[in-house]
Amino acid sequence: MSQQRKAVALISGGLDSMLATKAIMNQGIHVEGINFFTGFCVEGHTHAIRKRDTDKVKRNNSLWVAEQLGIKLHIIDIIEEYKQVLINPKHGYGANMNPCLDCKIFMVNKAKQWMQENGFDFIITGEVIGQRPMSQRKYTMPVIAAESGADDRLLRPLCAQNLPATLPEREGWIDRNQLFGFSGRSRKPQMALAKEFGFSDYAQPAGGCCFLTDESYSLKLVDLWKARGTRDYELDDVMLLKVGRHIRPRPHFKLIVAREDGEAQFMSGYKKEYVSMHCTHHRGPLVLLDGSLNADDIALAGRILARYGQGRDEAQVEVSVRDQQGVEQIISVQPFKIDEIPEDWFI
Amino acid sequence: MSHQEISLRRLLCPLPVIRTQDTIKTLQSGDTLTVICTDPGVMHDIPAWCRINGHQVLNTRIESGEYIIEIQVT
Ligand code: SF4
Repeated sequence: MSQQRKAVALISGGLDSMLATKAIMNQGIHVEGINFFTGFCVEGHTHAIRKRDTDKVKRNNSLWVAEQLGIKLHIIDIIEEYKQVLINPKHGYGANMNPCLDCKIFMVNKAKQWMQENGFDFIITGEVIGQRPMSQRKYTMPVIAAESGADDRLLRPLCAQNLPATLPEREGWIDRNQLFGFSGRSRKPQMALAKEFGFSDYAQPAGGCCFLTDESYSLKLVDLWKARGTRDYELDDVMLLKVGRHIRPRPHFKLIVAREDGEAQFMSGYKKEYVSMHCTHHRGPLVLLDGSLNADDIALAGRILARYGQGRDEAQVEVSVRDQQGVEQIISVQPFKIDEIPEDWFI
Repeated sequence: MSHQEISLRRLLCPLPVIRTQDTIKTLQSGDTLTVICTDPGVMHDIPAWCRINGHQVLNTRIESGEYIIEIQVT
């Protein structure tokens, strides 16, 4: 009896990796999924934070895909190791702070380690030549295979027919003729294959799999590094960049202004790490202050906060300022008028 | 058979799922694990993770705004 071959699939939660996995399962291969959590993934967090998103189904797409396919899914925390990828990418960034090529190389390398540790035979991804401008191009395919160390144990079922045969194809574990030759940005071949496989419900991520492809998020990250004078971050930084308005009136401090109740509730969990502010007599947002502030800075921050509260038209409003130890002081400030806050303070 | 309880308060999905998964890896079949979370998303994600990995959710409940899930390792 021939040996049962096993593949590990990089599951992003999108359609392509779902199709690639199904295509290989259909050839009798045992497949298990792997999903990496960098901290920047779009999955989950924002839905959990923002109240206005609570109507949406809060499913985690990679778990959902695994369940549809009937495969196990291993979710791996790579937050710490990923810092080196993001801070110093050998192949540079995409349109924003997305180091997609280095990221893919890193993830395939991690999948290779997992494959070796767990006695699996090869790796599959949902990559398609020409699908994404940075990481999924004809010349990047061999780069990812070589630099990750996966070499010919990396199989891309959706575009395999456009690439040299990999080990699973040459060894006959996989029939190359039953793989695909997709290329380019069109989604039509994937849609047709989804229909053929009977998948009617699937996630269609717009820009990519993470916040790093988002322009506004990337600007906030760059601003954070610049203000701190070092290209480093902790998970809490990553999380707080996802919420609120970020306003930097002076180079040495910024305000994070909650935009709605869900964000305020989430941000209130950080009151022991940051100085926080709110209006005492009017409804208004919670604000966290990042940086070291003197009395003038706090008064300035108070004026900004007051502009977002219901006392914005008053001559003076009272603001509570709480330090990390919970010690509170009340200050009185004149709210900024709507158009008084300079545009370039907004990050 | 042992029982463990872990606090996953303040963690947002998928971190509670990852911590649950990593703890279950250290347990034996028949052991039980209780996870206490504050992200409501766990009520969906942890049972989904258990279903696909073959573990049994014994009970889910909300107590004082916390989401508590009891799992039996299989
Ligand atoms: S979009 Fe984000 S997670 Fe996806 S490859 Fe690019 S950097 Fe990596």
